[in-house]
Amino acid sequence: MNSDQRPPILTVEDVSKAFGGLKAVNHANLEVAEGSITGLIGPNGAGKTTLFNIISGFIKPDSGHIAFQGERIDGIPPHRVFHRGLVRTFQIPREFGGMTVLENLMLVPKDQEGEHLWAAWFLPWRVSRQEDENFTKAEEVLRFLNLHQLRDEYALNLSGGQKKLLELGRTLMCNPKMILLDEPAAGVNRTLMRGIVNDIKRLRQDLGITFFVIEHDMDIVALLCDRLIVMSEGSKLAEGTPEEVRADERVLEAYLGGQVR
Amino acid sequence: MATPQTISPNLGDRLRGFQRSAGNIAAGGGLWAAIIGFTVWAAFAERDALTVGIVLGAILALGAVGLTLIFGVLKFAHFAHGDSMMLSAFIAWLLLNGIIVGERAGSETTLLPVTINDLPGADSAIWEFSFGYGLIVAMLLTAVLTAGMMVGIDRVVYRRLRRRKSGIVIFAIASLGLAFVMRSVILIFWGPTPRLYTPGIRNRIDLPFDVSVLADQLFILAAAFVVTGIVYVMLFRTKLGKAMRAMADNPDLALISGIDTDRIITWTWAVAGCLIAVAGVLLALQAHLDSELGFALLLPLFAAAIVGGLGNPQGALVGGFVVGITQEVAVTFDFLSPGYKFSVAFAILILILLVRPRGLFGERS
Amino acid sequence: MILAGKRPAWARGLKPSDFIATAVLLTITLAIPFIAYEQSRGAFPDGNIAGTMSFYTAFLVTVGVFALLTMGLNIQWGYTGVINFGVLAFFMLGAYTTAIITKGDPQGDFTTYIGGWGNDLNLIPALATDQWLPFVIATAAAALAAGLLALLVAFPTLHLREDYLAIATIGIAEVMRRVVIEERWMVNGSRGLTGVPQPLGGLVDQSDYKYLNVVIVGIVVIIVFFALERAVRSPWGRVLRGLSDDEEATAASGKNVFAFKTQSFVVGAAIMGIGGSMYAYAFSALSPDAFTHLFATFIFWAMLMVGGSGNNKGAIAGAYVIWGLWTISLQMQGYELGDVIESRMPFIRGLLLGVAIVGVLLIRPLGLLPQERRVSAWVERRVKKERSTPAPPAET
Ligand SMILES: Nc1ncnc2c1ncn2[C@@H]1O[C@H](COP(=O)(O)OP(=O)(O)O)[C@@H](O)[C@H]1O
Ligand SMILES: [Mg+2]
Repeated sequence: MNSDQRPPILTVEDVSKAFGGLKAVNHANLEVAEGSITGLIGPNGAGKTTLFNIISGFIKPDSGHIAFQGERIDGIPPHRVFHRGLVRTFQIPREFGGMTVLENLMLVPKDQEGEHLWAAWFLPWRVSRQEDENFTKAEEVLRFLNLHQLRDEYALNLSGGQKKLLELGRTLMCNPKMILLDEPAAGVNRTLMRGIVNDIKRLRQDLGITFFVIEHDMDIVALLCDRLIVMSEGSKLAEGTPEEVRADERVLEAYLGGQVR
Repeated sequence: MATPQTISPNLGDRLRGFQRSAGNIAAGGGLWAAIIGFTVWAAFAERDALTVGIVLGAILALGAVGLTLIFGVLKFAHFAHGDSMMLSAFIAWLLLNGIIVGERAGSETTLLPVTINDLPGADSAIWEFSFGYGLIVAMLLTAVLTAGMMVGIDRVVYRRLRRRKSGIVIFAIASLGLAFVMRSVILIFWGPTPRLYTPGIRNRIDLPFDVSVLADQLFILAAAFVVTGIVYVMLFRTKLGKAMRAMADNPDLALISGIDTDRIITWTWAVAGCLIAVAGVLLALQAHLDSELGFALLLPLFAAAIVGGLGNPQGALVGGFVVGITQEVAVTFDFLSPGYKFSVAFAILILILLVRPRGLFGERS
Repeated sequence: MILAGKRPAWARGLKPSDFIATAVLLTITLAIPFIAYEQSRGAFPDGNIAGTMSFYTAFLVTVGVFALLTMGLNIQWGYTGVINFGVLAFFMLGAYTTAIITKGDPQGDFTTYIGGWGNDLNLIPALATDQWLPFVIATAAAALAAGLLALLVAFPTLHLREDYLAIATIGIAEVMRRVVIEERWMVNGSRGLTGVPQPLGGLVDQSDYKYLNVVIVGIVVIIVFFALERAVRSPWGRVLRGLSDDEEATAASGKNVFAFKTQSFVVGAAIMGIGGSMYAYAFSALSPDAFTHLFATFIFWAMLMVGGSGNNKGAIAGAYVIWGLWTISLQMQGYELGDVIESRMPFIRGLLLGVAIVGVLLIRPLGLLPQERRVSAWVERRVKKERSTPAPPAET
């Protein structure tokens, strides 16, 4: 069925979630191949963000299973999903407004000894060493995202697009295996975004990170993704290469139907 | 797909799992059985306490419905609820007889040139009650004034915080600050000494089944019943009420579907203000007017609202009675002195949070 | 206006409100000794140095104790955004735990309490252990007890929405007050406990103890301050700050929200326990009537909001400013304000505290001393170093 030879890194099996009477995700079944950049598209309200929330542990599904690298991750809390190497960004940026851009990033790395009280009190030299490492890494990410000149600014004061970049930056701070991006291009300057598309591709190439991306901008999707999954009314409608999906009648219908309603 | 590995549970998860299964037992009718059993038992063993509990429950229910409405629509816990109830009880006192503390503490003076008690026959007792129609007039006027006061406070404080997109904790702290402002206002005008609306004798009425209640308590029950009926019709039969409930269920959706949220919020405060005023006056009639009572009252009020599920008005109604009855009956036990009344409310609150955080009627999480 | 014009070098980067804040601090600092002198005239027509000093030292000790409690609240609310409306419970528990450990056996028919181990703790008389050991143990026990109570409250509530904890803390405060009042056998009910021994009290003359009192409280404040600064200006504190900004984003960054919130709540409560312990030593008498919502919970919120949530220096400054203004307003009683105002002064003060909290929220949410821009002390040093050395040529 899946033309791709690589094994799936993420499997969503028969997942459902209802809010009151509204079935936001309705028996969704899909797979994301390891090392791919897979797009998730669909009309507004199709349940894409809800699916991301379920995968990343923020919402418990009413039914169904999710497996990441062959291990079940449904029902475990978000921070444990993160520690498996599956990280996400938010559609509406959730920056730490009261912290500088730099420390927004420095918060993220795992296994920081300074996060334990006793180490903060009694092992300051170890904390310093790790802070040094994380600082260097954060600077690197900031340069990569063109945000370095804003390093000491409160994240609160960034523009919408810059906040989206910061979201992306956070995912790069922790050596993830897979990144879920929820509309990374919304509000971001188009030229900059084209640059970032290339950078995402480079990250996949160099580090083997798998990307699963919700995006509305079809140009970007076509540039970025190897495969597309189309969601409509809570479940998978179609799947294929961007060209295949574009040619699919049902997809067009779903989008138009979504607009008429 | 690969066989899913079991996730090794750590201690916290295991405890939470235990909590969940306890919740499931409770959900399987356990809590309901306990509540009904306790009430039936009390009907035989502690009839007087049960009667008082029902009266208090009716008052708490009114307060808790207001609290839960505010929580539903505005999404924050209103920590000034108890003190607003007390303040409106004192406003009714002022309208009735105009009395405030005079120049020196302990002395008294009148503030208003004309008061309700100046109306002919306003303070002569009706039927077996200890008060005249003046109190009812005062209660209604206070309801209007309190509604205005709550809307005013929203304009000055909460609306600004909303515009700034402050978190719920900021609202909670602002409401705590306002609670202390209100309590201080009571103390400044009426001092720390508890007061009664009328010094008159309280007549007892004997009812069938060996139940005897104060005539005033019958009035409280009747008034609570009428007000609940009005609020019910307002919430479930009018467009405004439907919009309010829609907003409580899903604020984003409400916004999208073109509901004027600012207007709904104003009306929510107005309705809550009326409930606060009636509950406050009735409470003062059952107990007394006392600046100290306001803050302590938060516990049974929140317990009632949480038992019913925060944001659920019918739930709060039931919750009020559950808390009122349990509280009154429990302190008849030898090992609990009456001072523990509010601690009992707290115990109920914690129990519910442990086994069913969404309340008796909430879906299991 | 004047201030907005050309400023001297030292004043650059200061806002007009900073000058107002400084003026308030200065006024308090100058006015309190004067008030202390005025007060001593009550007993001695010409005033006297001993009277002045006992008033002034009592002021400083109170500020110190309140600063401890405010710092405890600062960890919970200021850094983590966890609400505690029941500071009273932890304050009271710390104070009473301390009293029953350090006191001797109950004396007389009207005094009953548990504990009373003070005299048993003179383990090595040669080291004058009676002068310090019971106190060290009692303060540690106070911190521990308050921390455990916090754990108990946290478990059912901290994984729910923030306001559930706020409600639960009000409840625990009510229960604590009730237990102290109703259970006579435990800590002597509403009669309270008097004669709590004072640390190192046998080493100085009783009339000079007030100075020692200031020193002891001062040292504890300094130790707690530096311990907290170290804890908070580290990756640990950074997670707490993250939590207060956005809980979900912190979870999405791989942090265990429940664990960090619990730690913060427990550490804050332990500090409050230490504050209670110091209160017991400093005033030597405890009564449930003294632990009102106003004086044992609410005032600390006012101090923290005014001083600056999320800044330990702000917590101390807030305690100083609020208690200073409180003391000054007490003194105004003597000045022909008219009976109407004078008889209501205590309530007006309460009103002003409430107004201060709401006002700060609306007008200056950051308080006198805002949070430091950078959480981690290491980052702070690093950035400063970078500024002082010329930037290296940009890599291309
Ligand atoms: N927390 C929530 N509570 C209630 N309804 C929700 C919630 N989150 C999402 N929904 C609803 O679920 C549906 C799917 O939303 P979403 O997943 O955000 O769609 P998408 O990201 O595809 O645009 C929408 O109708 C939305 O209103
Ligand atoms: Mg979306």
